[in-house]
Amino acid sequence: MSDHHHKETFVTKYIFSQDHKMISKQFLVTGIFMGIIGGFMSMLFRLQIAWPDTSFSIVEAFLGNHQTDGIMDPDMYLALVTIHGTIMVFFVLTAGLSGTFSNLLIPLQIGARDMASGFLNMVSYWLFFLSSVIMIISLFVEAGPASAGWTIYPPLSALPQAIPGSGTGMTLWLVSMAIFIASSLMGSLNYIVTILNLRTKGMKMTRLPLTMWAFFITAIIGVISFPVLLSAALLLIFDRSFGTSFYLSDIFISGEVLHYQGGSPVLFEHLFWFLGHPEVYIILLPALGISSEVISTNARKPIFGYRAMVGSIMAIAFLSTIVWGHHMFVSGMNPFLGSVFTFTTVLIAIPSAVKAFNYVTTLWKGNLQLNPAMLFSIGLVSTFVTGGLTGLVLGDSALDINVHDTYFVVAHFHLVMGVSALLGMFAGVYHWFPKMYGRMMNKALGYWHFWLTIITAYGVFFPMHFIGLAGLPRRYYTNTNFPMFDDLADINVFMTVMAIIGGAAQLIFIANFFISMYRGQKATQNPWKSNTIEWTTPVEHIHGNWPGAIPEVHRWAYDYSKTDENGEYVHGQDFVPQTVPLLDGEEPS
Amino acid sequence: MLALFYIFIAVAIGVSFWQITRIMNLRSVIATDKDNETQGKLALGFLAFLYAMMIYCLIAMNVIMLPEAASFEGEHDDNLFNITFWLIGIVQFAMQFLIFFFTYKYRGNKNNKALFYADSHKLELIWTTIPAVTIVLLIGYGLWAWNNIMYVGSEEDPIVIEVYSQQFRWDARYAGEDNQLGLGNVNYIKGINTMGVDMSDPSAQDDKQVTELYLPKGKKVLFKFRSQDVLHSAYMPHFRAQMNCVPGMVTQFAYTPKYTTAEMREKDEVKAKVEGINKIRRAKGEDPYEFDYLLLCNKICGASHYNMQMKITVVEEEEYNKWLSEQKTLAQVIK
Repeated sequence: MSDHHHKETFVTKYIFSQDHKMISKQFLVTGIFMGIIGGFMSMLFRLQIAWPDTSFSIVEAFLGNHQTDGIMDPDMYLALVTIHGTIMVFFVLTAGLSGTFSNLLIPLQIGARDMASGFLNMVSYWLFFLSSVIMIISLFVEAGPASAGWTIYPPLSALPQAIPGSGTGMTLWLVSMAIFIASSLMGSLNYIVTILNLRTKGMKMTRLPLTMWAFFITAIIGVISFPVLLSAALLLIFDRSFGTSFYLSDIFISGEVLHYQGGSPVLFEHLFWFLGHPEVYIILLPALGISSEVISTNARKPIFGYRAMVGSIMAIAFLSTIVWGHHMFVSGMNPFLGSVFTFTTVLIAIPSAVKAFNYVTTLWKGNLQLNPAMLFSIGLVSTFVTGGLTGLVLGDSALDINVHDTYFVVAHFHLVMGVSALLGMFAGVYHWFPKMYGRMMNKALGYWHFWLTIITAYGVFFPMHFIGLAGLPRRYYTNTNFPMFDDLADINVFMTVMAIIGGAAQLIFIANFFISMYRGQKATQNPWKSNTIEWTTPVEHIHGNWPGAIPEVHRWAYDYSKTDENGEYVHGQDFVPQTVPLLDGEEPS
Repeated sequence: MLALFYIFIAVAIGVSFWQITRIMNLRSVIATDKDNETQGKLALGFLAFLYAMMIYCLIAMNVIMLPEAASFEGEHDDNLFNITFWLIGIVQFAMQFLIFFFTYKYRGNKNNKALFYADSHKLELIWTTIPAVTIVLLIGYGLWAWNNIMYVGSEEDPIVIEVYSQQFRWDARYAGEDNQLGLGNVNYIKGINTMGVDMSDPSAQDDKQVTELYLPKGKKVLFKFRSQDVLHSAYMPHFRAQMNCVPGMVTQFAYTPKYTTAEMREKDEVKAKVEGINKIRRAKGEDPYEFDYLLLCNKICGASHYNMQMKITVVEEEEYNKWLSEQKTLAQVIK
């Protein structure tokens, strides 16, 4: 393949590229761009929550006719919350995270020239790009974008009479998501096929780095669950546009009875959460995979319990497909089903606990190189624990009754999935930036970015649990109509201030990212002294990844600090790349 | 225009960043022993910050929490919550300590060697079994509580009340003498029959439509929920009660009020919370707040979702009977 003489033009190299490394960069930059939009929206609605009656010129500047004198309209508040959720969950943490690192790392870490289908891969990116464009266009329609929450429960999402955003805005949302799902499926199929078929000689499944296992299992749950969301969206399109009644029945709105008979919104909830819950793990597992790799490399120590880590990824993935009902304990579903879903849900705590303990044991007695990527990974373990533990409250149906849809939930999922996955994504960017751009990111800016991010993330989301326990429902435009929540106002102000500082801290990252891309120090071939084989490729990207033959793999990826009985390094250094053959008498780990 | 101005400012900040980097040392890219030292200490500092915040929240935010459950069923919820919260609290404190203390303790140094320690089935068995056993116990108690809350035995003979939702208000309908609600459907909505009750149904005649809930202390109440337009959720946090209102179907939830509104107002934790709120309200020159039970909408339902509430008053049974007898039946109102 490498001896093919492609005539590369600007267009085939930078735009319609079929090279996985370029496609991964396209995903990353698009993801960062969408992240800026989604993050900025959260700043706007946090302003509204903290100071509901205050006029802000920034609101006036950006929200056009959806604000009055610098105070946003309630419809627009809901729209911002909705699109923030949609963009962060799908466009940043699914496509931005998985798309970037699966594409970059799968061929490089298994030893392949490229993805199984470069063409499909290219189409996958351009569909993602198209869906991003449509989602952004939906922000500019007259009646406002979709505003029924990112879960788009009908009938609210089906009836423009119920909320203006359910008109054209919702149509565009559905079209955008349908295209997004197609993109995601193409990507996932490609990842699965590539990992199964294109591993280099010696790269047994049991020698795959944990990143590969995480991306592989993620792709499988994506393929299982995303089509269900597509069907849910299609049925909703039918209800909205062609008069069917899959989700609607017995509705009286704007003074008239609508014709819908016999459907049920609960059906939509089932279909939605059949994707919606695995989606949490589609977001989280790649981040956990990245942190496994980064922690092991920087701890100069094998990841503790490789088999248990793989086993728990599989267990989490399996359980994730049979727990969706825990989002529906108070939906009117049969309480018996609630019992079943409580049981399966709380079981997820076991593999999750195993993962957390294994991370901590990997740190124990390590020789920790506290690079920015390492700190972000450690931060991920911290927020994963904090956010994961409150899952024991929410997954327990009896307790969920009272905290369902309160800020307690918002705090829980932001920590365990939002912040954790973002930290994992940052860890990945700092760690593999040299592989992507041939240059290094600045470390001082990386440290500032990390500490500001983790402090403000806790500052926003830790107190948020308590306002949830005070009974405050989420998605309220303002709490001033309820004197019982007056004592929460100060906490909300604190959280907003934290959020704004945290948002500003991301500018440090963006500056570091783009400046390092052009001016960063030139990278060496293996800057982190890592074992995985992506570091055996040349710094300058070439089509086909390796100039000569693809290297053969002789060992697992975690032979860090392997010593003999005298305490000397077996190979004279504290890392042994996967390509190094076993010495005479050396035991494979 | 202002948007352009902000974008201009953003570009200006970007350019100044760019300039700053010209003089910055971009060669500093990989952590040195000195970095490990500094960052390790910062990790310890962060641990202190995290502990301080967690302890502060646990203590200082006690006063803003919901008071003790005001229903008998809610007691299960409170007990289970306390057990779970203690458990996760202890694990949280321990795990965060290990994470950040290890980060500090094992910060890298070129003279150190990491321990090659790849596996221990014994350890893994321990930390699979302990969570598993704990979780089975939690699930056991949780499911027992859930069943107690969700299943209403027919021998309990609860008072039936319909809670009816629409954008953006709540109404309620008491089942009357026969304790049976007349059938309802959106097709019957007309004029003052706002809940769409089928007035040809005999059991509808004695139903009573009201805009505020009165509940008797110590009697089980079975709520039947309906919605006429979109999803709503009837959330009664003080009673640890919540159920979605779904167009096209009737959902239900039952509980037994434990304290009257007056009794609740006399509780120390309620007084402390009310006092805290009133201090804020006085400073803003607003009317003082008095504790009341509330029903809130807790499922996004449209623009005024944030303002959809109904007052609940719990009284002694005699007072409840007196209040109920004063309400007009649907037969009197609609016919």
